[in-house]
Amino acid sequence: MATRKTGLNSNIPDGPMAEKWESHKFNMKLVNPANKRKFNVIVVGTGLAGGAAAASMSELGYNVQSFCIQDSPRRAHSIAAQGGINAAKNYQNDGDSVHRLFYDTVKGGDYRAREANVHRLSEISRNIIDQCVAQGVPFARDYGGLLDNRSFGGAQVSRTFYARGQTGQQLLLGAYSALMKEVNKGGVTLHTRREMLDLVVIDGRARGIIVRNLVTGQVERHIADAVCMATGGYGNVFYLSTNAMASNVTATWRCHKRGAYFANPCFTQIHPTCIPVSGDHQSKLTLMSESLRNDGRIWVPKKKDDDRHPNDIPEDERDYYLERRYPAFGNLVPRDVASRAAKERCDAGYGVGQTKKAVYLDFGSAIERLGKDAIEAKYGNLFHMYQKIMDTNPYTQPMMIYPAVHYTMGGLWVDYNLMSNLPGLFVLGEANFSDHGANRLGASALMQGLGDGYFVAPLTVGNYLAEADLVDADTEDEAFVEAEEGVTGRIEEMLSIKGSRTVDDFHRELGLVMWDKCGMARNERGLKQALKEVRQIRAEFWEDVNVVGTEGSFNQVLERAGRVADFLEFAECMIYDAAERKESCGGHFREESQTEEGEALRDDKNFSFCSAWEFKGVGKKPKLHKEALKFEVVKLTQRSYK
Amino acid sequence: MGKKITLTLRVWRQQNSQAEGQFATYKVTDIDTDMSFLEMLDVVNAGIELQSGDPIAFDHDCREGICGMCGAVVNGQAHGPDRGTTLCQLHMRHFSDGDTLVIEPFRSRAFPVVKDIAVDRGAFDRVIQAGGYVSVRTGQAPDAHAVPIAKEAADKAFDAAACIGCGACVAACPNASAMLFVSAKVSHLNLLPQGQPQKDSRVFNMVNQMDSEGFGNCSNEYECEAACPKEISVQNIARMNRQYLKAAIKNEG
Ligand code: FES
Repeated sequence: MATRKTGLNSNIPDGPMAEKWESHKFNMKLVNPANKRKFNVIVVGTGLAGGAAAASMSELGYNVQSFCIQDSPRRAHSIAAQGGINAAKNYQNDGDSVHRLFYDTVKGGDYRAREANVHRLSEISRNIIDQCVAQGVPFARDYGGLLDNRSFGGAQVSRTFYARGQTGQQLLLGAYSALMKEVNKGGVTLHTRREMLDLVVIDGRARGIIVRNLVTGQVERHIADAVCMATGGYGNVFYLSTNAMASNVTATWRCHKRGAYFANPCFTQIHPTCIPVSGDHQSKLTLMSESLRNDGRIWVPKKKDDDRHPNDIPEDERDYYLERRYPAFGNLVPRDVASRAAKERCDAGYGVGQTKKAVYLDFGSAIERLGKDAIEAKYGNLFHMYQKIMDTNPYTQPMMIYPAVHYTMGGLWVDYNLMSNLPGLFVLGEANFSDHGANRLGASALMQGLGDGYFVAPLTVGNYLAEADLVDADTEDEAFVEAEEGVTGRIEEMLSIKGSRTVDDFHRELGLVMWDKCGMARNERGLKQALKEVRQIRAEFWEDVNVVGTEGSFNQVLERAGRVADFLEFAECMIYDAAERKESCGGHFREESQTEEGEALRDDKNFSFCSAWEFKGVGKKPKLHKEALKFEVVKLTQRSYK
Repeated sequence: MGKKITLTLRVWRQQNSQAEGQFATYKVTDIDTDMSFLEMLDVVNAGIELQSGDPIAFDHDCREGICGMCGAVVNGQAHGPDRGTTLCQLHMRHFSDGDTLVIEPFRSRAFPVVKDIAVDRGAFDRVIQAGGYVSVRTGQAPDAHAVPIAKEAADKAFDAAACIGCGACVAACPNASAMLFVSAKVSHLNLLPQGQPQKDSRVFNMVNQMDSEGFGNCSNEYECEAACPKEISVQNIARMNRQYLKAAIKNEG
């Protein structure tokens, strides 16, 4: 029996930071090319990480089973990323380097990421761009025909590659095309409209999954030699977020319940430039690329409850609060700082719009300086989107924005090889916790997803397969039978409740609790309260939810019910993590830990670790394991953007 | 601030691909005109759920107009009346109090109905499998700056690559042709230097796959372009036809 690692071994290779990945690659065991096709690998999710991994592993010769929840792998939520992808190419000759991208990422993450992982990511960032260009990704180019870059999310160099405001779409279509190439070749078998509902562990190793065919309702067993999870983040625990409607925690949560540790779940990113909530009917929030902050200026009126039209408020009665508080970075401070500052102004009574939960993002002076055409060329699609949703013209009056949940830095714990503490379970992209620490820099999600998928997992999974001593097993194994029974039992139970409230009603209620008490600012009292409330909601869910329809059909209510049920369990883990971390860092702001000026105050002495939680039962406090973070290269300082 | 309107919906209900379908009528009140079309359907479905009925099935995911998952024909128009807009980005302010909305799936022989408004667009994936890629393996790529690409070519390729694969073009076409989708995909790669080595086999194989999926022929109605939420141009079709002809001749020769 494979021994499940109880302690946390991050398996960081020895040697100087800049040589770790190279030497690790050399030291990895290789699978004989002739043997590769004897190995089966399951990849769940077809976003940037999953699509890239499935395609690349098939190219290497493995048999890949690829699963996605949508009707086509091309629809994974990576597609919605707008702004761009970072890479240390230094094409602009402005002083960028692998080392600088590495340093910026560790610092931006408020020193809660693992250095070695981040360094590797910075190294391979360059290969990603090469790969995507070769696939035909139509990145923006300058008149000389070379790739254009922009500075993004507060970076002081221009290292962001972009494809208009649709970078995620174009990169995903690239990964999807690689995946389709391999499907055509026979190396990848595609399973669309499948939702993973459990992980199967045999002899201590991840060996398969249970999925539900969303069209027929059939519950299926799939076996493999290794399982890769690339199922994205858990932002929809807040109900309202910029995530797609089907984005959920179920796949990773089920792995957690099978023994995989969940790391840093309280690290969630609230994105500063989203379209404000308009009413109770709101089903999701829409993000606008923060590239807007390159030219837009953020302000609120200096007077409280100022009801004048923004165009009627004279210049000297406007408070450009980011420029005021952070003169060095101004409107380009990192996401967490910008978000909190907006909340602070609104909470203090300076918010604008119907709900008073919005601030202005003003292009007036940029249009004056550069002309409307230049602004349109840069941001036309975003302005168009804003106008469609809000029905006002951002060329003639300021936009209104408010922060919204956007990305989750936490995720399943993985070692340097992207393998969880559960042998054979690999976790890629947003689903893992590895590279962004407590706050992700703009344009780094796409980089990490593709880096994990194209360049890391295909090698480290191979290394695992070359060494693993796998027992013979088939889908009749006890573990499969037990897992399937668990899945069907839970479905039957949900359908049998026939209560009086809709699934969405519960989801909305959970979301409000999480947003108020475990959102942009957290404190001990609120977190204690949240824990009670989440338990209460969960108990009511299992008594009073009305899940209509049958299990043997296309049943979208049943799908949502399962996801909400898992969010209701997961939320507790997130709250425990937020309560445990008594410091403020990155996206996690503990009101008890701030400077006199209201800035986040980190506590490196006591909290320089990654928390990895071990499941102990629903409603029971999970067990905390700490992975100490050692910084060999980067010097820890309090982030200051003044 | 939105106002409240009352609508009559006539919605296509069909249990599965085998079943017969029919229209069902729903009267809905208090629809806030700031809602999106899909949020309006959410409200209708919540009402149905509370009466333990069978909610209307419809595909959706990003609700930002980019994933291509949503889509319905509303009063005869794919994605509804607002040009250049997906159903999820269509807001109820485009409708008036008292309107009747007829809501149907994207119909085509190649898109079997999954349930109600949701259809199976797997045919599009199979067209891409036939050649919608550059055969470069991970790790083989030269430096990204090795081949400069004229900005115009890159921009044109981008225009074609903006297709979200929703299938509105097929639904809008009287012949249920997929020419706009396929030509956009072919153009994206065939306009770029990276796409050149496989340009003939790409167009040839993708068009043949399209035909075998049961999509209809193009008779230059241009309804596809009008319905496309990303305003993909029919010029792509003309370009593809030229390339296909050349490729077919080469293939015979
Ligand atoms: S739901 Fe994604 S395009 Fe409409």
